[in-house]
Amino acid sequence: MNERAQLLLSIADDELILGWRDSEWTGIAPTLEEDVAFSSIAQNEIGHARALYELAAQELGTDSDALAFDRDPGEYRCAPLVELHLLDWAHTIARRYLYEEADRVRINALMHSDDAELAGLAAKIDREETYHRMHAELWAARLAAEPRFRSAVEELWPFALGVLEQELRPDLAQRVGLDVVAAHERGEHTPELAELWNVMTEVRRSIPGAQW
Amino acid sequence: MVFEIFRQEKKGQPFAHAGSVEAPDAAFADAWAREQYGRRGESEALWLVPRASIHAITEWADEFDLKYRRVDGYSIKTRLKEARERAGTTPSLDS
Repeated sequence: MNERAQLLLSIADDELILGWRDSEWTGIAPTLEEDVAFSSIAQNEIGHARALYELAAQELGTDSDALAFDRDPGEYRCAPLVELHLLDWAHTIARRYLYEEADRVRINALMHSDDAELAGLAAKIDREETYHRMHAELWAARLAAEPRFRSAVEELWPFALGVLEQELRPDLAQRVGLDVVAAHERGEHTPELAELWNVMTEVRRSIPGAQW
Repeated sequence: MVFEIFRQEKKGQPFAHAGSVEAPDAAFADAWAREQYGRRGESEALWLVPRASIHAITEWADEFDLKYRRVDGYSIKTRLKEARERAGTTPSLDS
């Protein structure tokens, strides 16, 4: 697989798996309003994943559903950050905040890429991300003095670094105000991914090749 | 804080009450109202009004039962027609 397809799949897998994880809050978020907003953001991320899979599918001669659902868990290229099955709101919001900051750095780099198609898609995604960032920043500011949120951010920090290529990490560290440390790198997978994959692909696997 | 949300569906139309959003401050209300009332392109614009800013009127005094000030059951159409005929100013269909 060429470098472009690998890059597209890395980002698409991040967005799909985080979208899936965040959608696990649908119906049980802390307030009704946040439930609606959080579910909507999760859906947007899955929409971004689809657009990226479509680009990768052209490159690989397949389709976006096959890329999203027909690979083995070990073939996914997502960062461990998005796989974690986090149970409390402090960690969930800490992950959203860290992911949005990392994604901002990554999208900004892609928008300036020589690959016009990829740069165009990055710009389109960036416009929708404005609202995700607004949401994450509001929460981060509101919980800044909350010990549970601060320890969740510190705990997840090595995972957040793993979302980005080495050369982009200092940028993220500066934005978040933490130091670059050893990261949980892309390519490692947590046991949580296989569990998620089992649920996520269950219907698709039940009748292979069916058109829904 | 509770914010009452008013939604304008199309440019030029009046804003109509759409519901409310409970949020810790105006910034959260902004983020949440966008998602709840605008993300399907169903709104041209939203007004977010703190409920405390709304001056509501819910009580009405009518101690003397002034029924003659109401128009219920009063068919103005027939009476207007009669009055016009008396005055000779019935609108003609041709004019």
